[in-house]
Amino acid sequence: MNAGEELRRANRSLTAKLLLCVAGSALFGFALVPLYRVLCEITGIGDQQTLRSAVQVREVAQQGTDMTRTVTVEFMTSLPTVGNWQFRPAQETMAVHPGKLYEAHFIARNLTGHDTVAQAIPNIAPSQAASWFHKTECFCFSPQSFKKGEERVLPVRFFVDRALPGNLDRLTLSYTFYDLSTHVAAR
Amino acid sequence: MAYTETVDAHDHHDHPPAGIWRWLSTTNHKDIGTLYLVFSGIMFFVGGAMAMVIRLELFKPGMQFVDPAFFNSMTTVHGLAMIFGAVMPAWVGLANWMIPLQVGAPDMALPRMNNFSFWLLPFAFTLLLIGFFVPGGAPAGGWTLYPPLVLQGGDSFPMAIFAIHLMGASSIMGAINVIVTIMNMRAPGITLLRMPLFVWTWLITAYLLILVMPVLAGSVTMLLTDHFFGTSFFSASGGGDPVMFQHIFWFFGHPEVYILILPAFGIVSEVIPTFSRKPLFGYEAMVYATASIAFLSFIVWAHHMFTVGMPLAGELFFMLSTMLIAIPTGVKVFNWTATMWRGSLSFEPPMLFALAFLFLFTIGGFSGLMLAIAPADFQYQDTYFVVAHFHYVLVPGAIFSIMAGVYYWLPKWTGHLYSMALGKWHFWLSAIFVNVLFFPQHFLGLAGMPRRIPDYATQFADWNMVSSLGGFGFGLSQLLFPILIWKCVRGGEKAPAQVWEGAHGLEWEVPSPAPYHTWQDPPSEAQIAHGAEH
Ligand code: HEM
Ligand SMILES: [Cu+2]
Repeated sequence: MNAGEELRRANRSLTAKLLLCVAGSALFGFALVPLYRVLCEITGIGDQQTLRSAVQVREVAQQGTDMTRTVTVEFMTSLPTVGNWQFRPAQETMAVHPGKLYEAHFIARNLTGHDTVAQAIPNIAPSQAASWFHKTECFCFSPQSFKKGEERVLPVRFFVDRALPGNLDRLTLSYTFYDLSTHVAAR
Repeated sequence: MAYTETVDAHDHHDHPPAGIWRWLSTTNHKDIGTLYLVFSGIMFFVGGAMAMVIRLELFKPGMQFVDPAFFNSMTTVHGLAMIFGAVMPAWVGLANWMIPLQVGAPDMALPRMNNFSFWLLPFAFTLLLIGFFVPGGAPAGGWTLYPPLVLQGGDSFPMAIFAIHLMGASSIMGAINVIVTIMNMRAPGITLLRMPLFVWTWLITAYLLILVMPVLAGSVTMLLTDHFFGTSFFSASGGGDPVMFQHIFWFFGHPEVYILILPAFGIVSEVIPTFSRKPLFGYEAMVYATASIAFLSFIVWAHHMFTVGMPLAGELFFMLSTMLIAIPTGVKVFNWTATMWRGSLSFEPPMLFALAFLFLFTIGGFSGLMLAIAPADFQYQDTYFVVAHFHYVLVPGAIFSIMAGVYYWLPKWTGHLYSMALGKWHFWLSAIFVNVLFFPQHFLGLAGMPRRIPDYATQFADWNMVSSLGGFGFGLSQLLFPILIWKCVRGGEKAPAQVWEGAHGLEWEVPSPAPYHTWQDPPSEAQIAHGAEH
């Protein structure tokens, strides 16, 4: 075997190894998706699972209210560019005591011109507060049907955990209202 | 010079096929290098024309010339064209031309793939640019392609995504070629630690490329399936998260900015010693500094996302890891400066551009450090301060060093010396106007002017006008560059093999212009010894 042949073989084998690296990084890119979810769950940061699931009312009673501390909760709404809705909070802020159950309202009106179903997606800022913001009931737990032109008041019952870190005294609860007829159904 | 190759033994190779077919079918590293460089030059002027539209619109407050959607397309496509069309192909072109010459190899290791990876680029950019003529106009959501905005683009959205796929495939192939060439094709006697720094920095860049370009390809594929196939990677309505796109994008994006700058470090590390007539100070330190910058570039990405609402620990981690990069970068700046210390300096165009690089890139590094301070970045994020930062590192950084490289090696390519006077005019006009153009953008950003807007509050008027004037001046001065190159291709004083008296390296052991085939026989011991004095 001459030197040229040997070089060609070495080139081919190194190229194959490098292509493997490329495939590996492509896989890694996609693996970042589940990895990201897992990280969010472990750290509880902006965890969608917590934000979208209900806790039992009796947990509130177990906690007891901390009357010495007041946390401001702000309410915000937003709409994606598709769909045609009115959507706003009924109150801008509430001063709440950790451990006590409250109810807030949002007002939504279907302007799409037909009957439809919408799903609200919650978010909390700062996102590390996600683990300490609990909802016992929420209009965001299930899709909401609206008749053409219908306006409804949508309730959310929530409490702030007594274990909320002391440096947090202002939380923003926001909802984006997605028209499901214009998007694939929520998981 | 003792260039020992016998001409008649290879002379049937020395006449490439004539006409266009030569360029379509070539597998010669010098031809492909030339193609890449010419392509890069064209994209530099296409992207530059868009920059002129941007500065024209921003010359005065109020809407003057273009509508906002078109303005947004200008900033978006300007960014994509400059990064993927001008800077990256210029580096691959220089690698093609110089790496085989510098390591004593007869060609790149994978010549046919080399041809293919180049010819993907014209297709990619045609696809990107015809976006201007389809319903909805060219992409306008920013070069960073953040969803959900990018998903609202018109018909050009899938075209841009495919264009990015092609560019990615092209640069991955280019990177593989560089690695295989460097690892397998070095002439006997050229050990890793005797390689010129341009080769070293490119080797590290190539590894960065194959590690992160597939991640970019993955993230834009997810955008595509979100838009067309109902997945919800980044769509909150389906349980996805738009912030996740930013994480994936910047996991690619930050190493990408080092892909744009590491080869520049290599060029400057060769030009400064040549015109200081001294060996590079701290060769090995340069290699290790480059490698540590490349490593660190993987763990700092979220400094682009300080304001997305990360936990405190995250902010701290990304702030401190980002600041760490300043240490190896500082080592480099120190070494370049120390190389010049007590050297006998002369100021030909390559040296002038390298010196401007040294000063102005360092300014960009300092503004980077300011941006790395997480609490301060809440103020700076998405303002013109960021624009000033990355233009300082990219224009007088990456682009000036590409120019330094072209001015350094042009006589080797063409066999003619160019007009030093014209080169100096080009340098001084560029160096002055680039500061008039970008320095005021620091003030604008600190005063709160947002980036990516076609109109602005009147208190920003004065500095915008100054910046626009600098922009027009810079744009016009660049016309001197192709004129000079064209004249140098056509004729001029005959260049010797050793173009610059202080230069070391195997490329100076072959005649000028470098013959179509070089190093068919590996360089001799003496040539290596003469060349490798770093
Ligand atoms: C000491 C080194 C550097 C540091 C500490 C640094 C830091 C930063 C930070 C913190 C940002 C984010 C600013 C924000 O969006 O609020 C940023 C943006 C940027 N940097 Fe750097 N940087 C450095 C060097 C470089 C280099 C060498 C390049 C490229 C050659 C570069 C290119 C960019 C680009 C393109 C952006 C903006 C991306 C965008 O949002 O469009 N930086 N840098
Ligand atoms: Cu970065």
